[in-house]
Amino acid sequence: MNFTSVVLATSNGSAATFNFDRIVELAPEIWVAMAQTFAMLLVAIPIAILLGTPLGIWLYSMSPNGLRPRPRVHRIVDGLVNTIRSFPFLILLIAIIPFTRFVVGTTIGTAAVIVPLTINAIPYFARFVEQNISQLGNGVVEAAQAMGASRGQIIREVLLVEAKPALLSSITIMTVSFISYSAMAGLVGGGGIGDFAIRYGYYRYETGVMLLAIVLMILLVHAVQFIGTRLSRAADKR
Amino acid sequence: MIRLENLTTTFGKGQDRFTAVKDVSLDIKAGSIHGIIGFSGAGKSTLLRNINLLQRPTSGQVFVDGVELTGLSESELRKQRHEIGMIFQHFNLLNNRTAQQNVELNLKFAGVPKKERRERTLEALSIVDLADKASAYPGQLSGGQKQRISIARALVTEPKVLLCDEPTSAVDPRTTTSVLQYLSDINASLGITTVIVTHEMNVIKAIADNVSVMEDGAVVEEFALSSLQEPSFEPITPIGRYLISDEITLNRAPKQTPNLVADVARV
Repeated sequence: MNFTSVVLATSNGSAATFNFDRIVELAPEIWVAMAQTFAMLLVAIPIAILLGTPLGIWLYSMSPNGLRPRPRVHRIVDGLVNTIRSFPFLILLIAIIPFTRFVVGTTIGTAAVIVPLTINAIPYFARFVEQNISQLGNGVVEAAQAMGASRGQIIREVLLVEAKPALLSSITIMTVSFISYSAMAGLVGGGGIGDFAIRYGYYRYETGVMLLAIVLMILLVHAVQFIGTRLSRAADKR
Repeated sequence: MIRLENLTTTFGKGQDRFTAVKDVSLDIKAGSIHGIIGFSGAGKSTLLRNINLLQRPTSGQVFVDGVELTGLSESELRKQRHEIGMIFQHFNLLNNRTAQQNVELNLKFAGVPKKERRERTLEALSIVDLADKASAYPGQLSGGQKQRISIARALVTEPKVLLCDEPTSAVDPRTTTSVLQYLSDINASLGITTVIVTHEMNVIKAIADNVSVMEDGAVVEEFALSSLQEPSFEPITPIGRYLISDEITLNRAPKQTPNLVADVARV
């Protein structure tokens, strides 16, 4: 009996072999794929936070009930954010190819996938910021205004502080969503764990390898969610 | 200290147009406690918020300590607001900041240097006897303690005026007494001009020197609380009389008690 392989039943009655030797053989590739997934997230998510936060604050401020209502400008930017958000990721990936080439000089590989990921993530996070802030209610803003706070002070010292737990939860949700988006990058040779799963699991019918990739994704999502929930709870003093 | 001249505040446009404050003029003496009483929707909170321009009046002028506020630039207005403290029915404290950080925030907004802030914050907290709760978050405090923290926050910049928007409407009767006691002590010791909006005549009777009665956006009558001592005194308006009587009088219909015996007999 061969202890290094386990036979798994599949729905169509054929057997998929989960072969440990094959996994060991592919280990270096798995590491590279994991590293690529991390690279995508580590670039796209921080840029989305860095640019999405001011965009979200701006959306809130300009809204009819915001700190500096500018309904007409708000409607335009609001529409723009919605437009980017309504693109299915795969379509966006293709639609902005010229822009991607302009930014990173190539349209394939991990670097090329980071561009559409980031473009998608910025308005995604901006919406979160806008909603988290507007849900705080008017009370704390009025108190700050009565104390003679400026708009900048209200944003920095009141709104962002009060919205922090919700923002941490939003970052967690965004990261989990983008782990899945980054996997779609496999379709255009973008690298990462999703790409790995498609190349070995789908194109070469190595179901065992596919399963391993899925397990790694599950572990990654669980780890992100666990850390995110912890951070958010620690920040919430209500 | 506070002079309001012909204030009118209107909300909405066209058919939804609603006038919350109608041509109100008011003079509030320095160092006094002035009550504004009326039923819900009488415009008393709007009038109070007109004083620090949290709500800008549609027309009229607001003078606080001789400075006309409605004509000021935004930055000049912010500066004047450091002289006008405010507390709210629902406290409006920051949940993610400690009591000390909440109080200190007001000093930060006022541009007080960091070294000075800590000392003044603890001083303000000790005025409301909550220095021991400096590192507690609002979520860990009772309603009365939260209101006291918000009083400390309002006082820490040493304002000349304290605006109180229904300060006891969200706390129980015993806590009401405690909060009013602090407000009264602070008024006496610091000479801070206090304006208090409430729908409870008990609050007015306990703390105010003078009271304005509001109905439908207008001040319909004003009197000094000391005149309540005079047996001959009676408010002019029905609403004034109603408010000082402060009794709940119901028109109780006779009970339609089912006659069980008769019902049973009929069966």
